[in-house]
Amino acid sequence: MTTATAVAPRAKRSPRQRAQRIRMVQYGVLALLVVLAVLFIDGRAVTSTFFRPDMVQKALTQGLPFAFLNTVAYTAGAFAVGLLLGTVLALMRLSQVAPYRWLATIYIEFFRGVPAIIVLIAFSLMPLALPGLRIPFDPYGSVWLGLGLVSAAYMAETIRAGIQAVPKGQVEAARSLGMSSGLATRRIVLPQAFRIVTPPLTNEFVALTKDSSLVYVIGLTADAYDLTKYGRAMSNTYANITPLVIAGLSYLVVTLPLTFLVRKMEARQARSK
Amino acid sequence: MSVTAARIPTGNREDEIQIYNLHKSFGDLEVLKGIDLTVHRGEVVCVIGPSGSGKSTLLRCVNLLETPTQGRIFILNEEITDPDADIDRLRTLMGMVFQSFNLFPHLTALENCTIALTQVKKMSPARAKEIAMQNLHLVGLGDRADSYPLKLSGGQQQRVAIARALSMDPELMLFDEPTSALDPELVGDVLAVMRDLAADGMTMMVVTHEMAFAREVADRVIFMDGGVIVEQGSPEDVIGNPTEERTRSFLRRVLDPTHVETPDDHAASPPA
Repeated sequence: MTTATAVAPRAKRSPRQRAQRIRMVQYGVLALLVVLAVLFIDGRAVTSTFFRPDMVQKALTQGLPFAFLNTVAYTAGAFAVGLLLGTVLALMRLSQVAPYRWLATIYIEFFRGVPAIIVLIAFSLMPLALPGLRIPFDPYGSVWLGLGLVSAAYMAETIRAGIQAVPKGQVEAARSLGMSSGLATRRIVLPQAFRIVTPPLTNEFVALTKDSSLVYVIGLTADAYDLTKYGRAMSNTYANITPLVIAGLSYLVVTLPLTFLVRKMEARQARSK
Repeated sequence: MSVTAARIPTGNREDEIQIYNLHKSFGDLEVLKGIDLTVHRGEVVCVIGPSGSGKSTLLRCVNLLETPTQGRIFILNEEITDPDADIDRLRTLMGMVFQSFNLFPHLTALENCTIALTQVKKMSPARAKEIAMQNLHLVGLGDRADSYPLKLSGGQQQRVAIARALSMDPELMLFDEPTSALDPELVGDVLAVMRDLAADGMTMMVVTHEMAFAREVADRVIFMDGGVIVEQGSPEDVIGNPTEERTRSFLRRVLDPTHVETPDDHAASPPA
């Protein structure tokens, strides 16, 4: 503390001045950390461990783009399955028919409570348990179903909340125009519900993108590798972790634009309220 | 032709709405306690009464947005309370206008008017658009056809809601406090549209607090309180010269809100 402030009576500092001082201290600590990092971290060692240029080059030219496409394919398919099934489950949860509600509740509680990785393993082994069963587009089909069934449970609850957020008057207006209950749901309620839940569903997509890395637990041929599996295999081969780091950063290509989009959508929804 | 007093429905084509012994309870609370009412073709019936008197519930029972606990309702001599009734088709005969507009926010004004035409009446999009535009022009909003509801003022939204109901070419219109959610300066536009409709001979059942409108447009005014029809008749009689004390007490409070009730006033219903 400088003598000037020590002399000044404390009580005279306004809340705004106090807040300013606290902020200055925070900035100071941050700056100090950066300086320490620059001084004590050996940049070359970090680079050769995590970002070896020749390995980056290898990864980018040897299959990483394919692994990226596989990750996108696994995620998109699982999301489609989850969205479709989740919508059906949400409508079942809100149904007048009690057995539908029970079924949906049991499904949702089961798949929300069980680790996705186990569901995925179980699904890949399904043909063993049920001889003659062939899941189409294998291994993609197994992944879509395995991850989709789990994410459907989460999406169902989100979509249910969205449906319930649509004012009751919307259904009344639709019904009073002679629309059947199903028509009112399809044309009036669901379009509004999906608009409400687009941000949380996009977050679900981001989570699913990362969960797609779980596919390593089922036996994959090299051309079906996702980003993580690809990165690990290559890192093992060359005894350098750079490919895995690059694979990890590749997820951001999908997730960052999406989270950015969600933030914009949420801001727009907040404005229109 | 001999007409017996007990004949239900009347079979008379001029009787558009017939309500017999209508009861409605929400749990233990009985909101309607035996309503009998017939609305004739081309008639404008205004239902007035204190809040909680059951007037909105009565209107919502007519198109079965509320299911009656007891009693029978006929629309154009077809029973809508019949468990086998084709409720969706009967509802297309009745336009409904809500207090809170209930426009579909994800559709434009035009699409709000066309969706039931194409989806329920299976009309071609071109024909539906033509009808919808006619009705939007009728309510003075032809130039706002492509606007989304949230871009419109309350009064404009309510007029689109009226156009939406009219597009179905209904036999009769039900209005549930259509101006209660509007800023005072926007009430006039909506009432003007309703006045035109009445002048065109539309059968209308209007739950309203607009006494001036009821007095001017209604063929019959119904005063409800405590779930029963207390008094009905011409606006001159019911609003101008009510015979029932409950009606008088209500009108005093509505027409002169600053009036302070004295013990002499004998309020039969709880103060608003």
